[in-house]
Amino acid sequence: MNFRPTIVAFLCNWCAYTGADLAGTSRLHYAPNVRIIRIMCSGRIEPTFILKAFKEGADGVLVCGCHPGDCHYQEGNYKCLRRFKLLEKFVCQMGIEKERLKLEWISASEGKQFAELVNEMTAAILKLGPGKVQKTLELEHLKTN
Amino acid sequence: MSQELTKPKLKLAVYWGAACGGCCVSVLDTHEKLLDIVAAADLVFWPIAMDIKYKDVESMPDKSIDLTLFNGAVRNSENKHMAQVLRQKSKILVAYGSCAYMGGIPGLANFFSKNEIFKRAYEETESTVNPEKTVPITSVQVKEGTLEIPLMFNDVFPLNQVVEVDYYIPGCPPQSERLIEVFSVISAGTNLPPAGSVVGANDKTNCDECKRKKSDKKKVKRFYRPWEIQDDKETCFIEQGVICMGPATRGGCGVRCVEGNSPCRGCYGPPQGSSDPGAKMMAAIGTMIDSNDPDEIDEIIEAIVDPAGLFYRFSLPGSILGRKVL
Repeated sequence: MNFRPTIVAFLCNWCAYTGADLAGTSRLHYAPNVRIIRIMCSGRIEPTFILKAFKEGADGVLVCGCHPGDCHYQEGNYKCLRRFKLLEKFVCQMGIEKERLKLEWISASEGKQFAELVNEMTAAILKLGPGKVQKTLELEHLKTN
Repeated sequence: MSQELTKPKLKLAVYWGAACGGCCVSVLDTHEKLLDIVAAADLVFWPIAMDIKYKDVESMPDKSIDLTLFNGAVRNSENKHMAQVLRQKSKILVAYGSCAYMGGIPGLANFFSKNEIFKRAYEETESTVNPEKTVPITSVQVKEGTLEIPLMFNDVFPLNQVVEVDYYIPGCPPQSERLIEVFSVISAGTNLPPAGSVVGANDKTNCDECKRKKSDKKKVKRFYRPWEIQDDKETCFIEQGVICMGPATRGGCGVRCVEGNSPCRGCYGPPQGSSDPGAKMMAAIGTMIDSNDPDEIDEIIEAIVDPAGLFYRFSLPGSILGRKVL
């Protein structure tokens, strides 16, 4: 069966989402695997959102915010960065490959960079294969052995 | 004869699954109040204190037990069987203690698979000599017949992943005075909280009750493990750089660990409205790290040696991911 990765992307309203929008209005072609969720600021992202995405079957999770210093709310992206780094360590401990979780800064003018980022991440996940969180939970429900 | 005297006594059962026995002891820790409990209720089943067989419980009529306190996680087929039997026989089934509530300490086994655990326990431990690699099997034929032991599951489950649970009383173990409060509400039988509630605990976090000095802006440059630093006994642990689970833990225990100058370990589970204490804790701690430089952040986080084990000490099976991905 052809594996088509699902990547859940949390994009901040002010930079990254506008950047993704620019990729669209510029008619750039990029991998259709990304499901974009717009949030007001990358600082709003809680680890819960990302863990839930994995549990619901995401093969990868992408978080994008404004470049350091550019946050619309002054320092939301720094907060995101700190949480992200801690979460990344936890996620690796839980047996989820590091490549499945990515944080990148995308400005409103970086439509091209966004398209490239999605292509790169999709390729990396294609190489890894499907995420195993759901499969593990399904096994768990057999409750035996 | 007044109605009060004819009112039948409640039937109470206490059972342990994968537990250490501490929860049963917390029932005994009600001290002389235990006499009040016994005055209001007949203990019909309590393996740690009474000689009664499983088949006696199995032969009780359905819904004949008024209240069952189930402590311990579900680790093997015996735990699961008794959880199902007690669900059927009980009017109110309470997940009593952290293990029944979210998996607890036995739930840390979900960081490994059953195979890994067996390999470590029966082959690799320093004190083991087992050249034939003998491991437990569930059934063996001897000349008198078949001997059977319960099957250990691959995973540890909180009680509500196996049967429906009416109430949860968190804690490792739950504070005995809170048990008495809950027991009096249930024995009165009026104003019962909605099914599925966490009872015997507060809605807000431990920080809300903690008396240590706290500033508005928590900023941490370096994390310490508790033995690496001299606690000043009055400032918030996190502000001193020691990770305390207070921000992601439900209050109700009376902040006993912090009162005893030890950081909160999170046994009361997440506060109201949150399902995953570890994720909450990562959100809280992440924001407190005092740096904007990626390399420095890495350095600060390095001091948190085992975030998964630390933040999910009592709650791994009940958390969003539930176990390590296999």
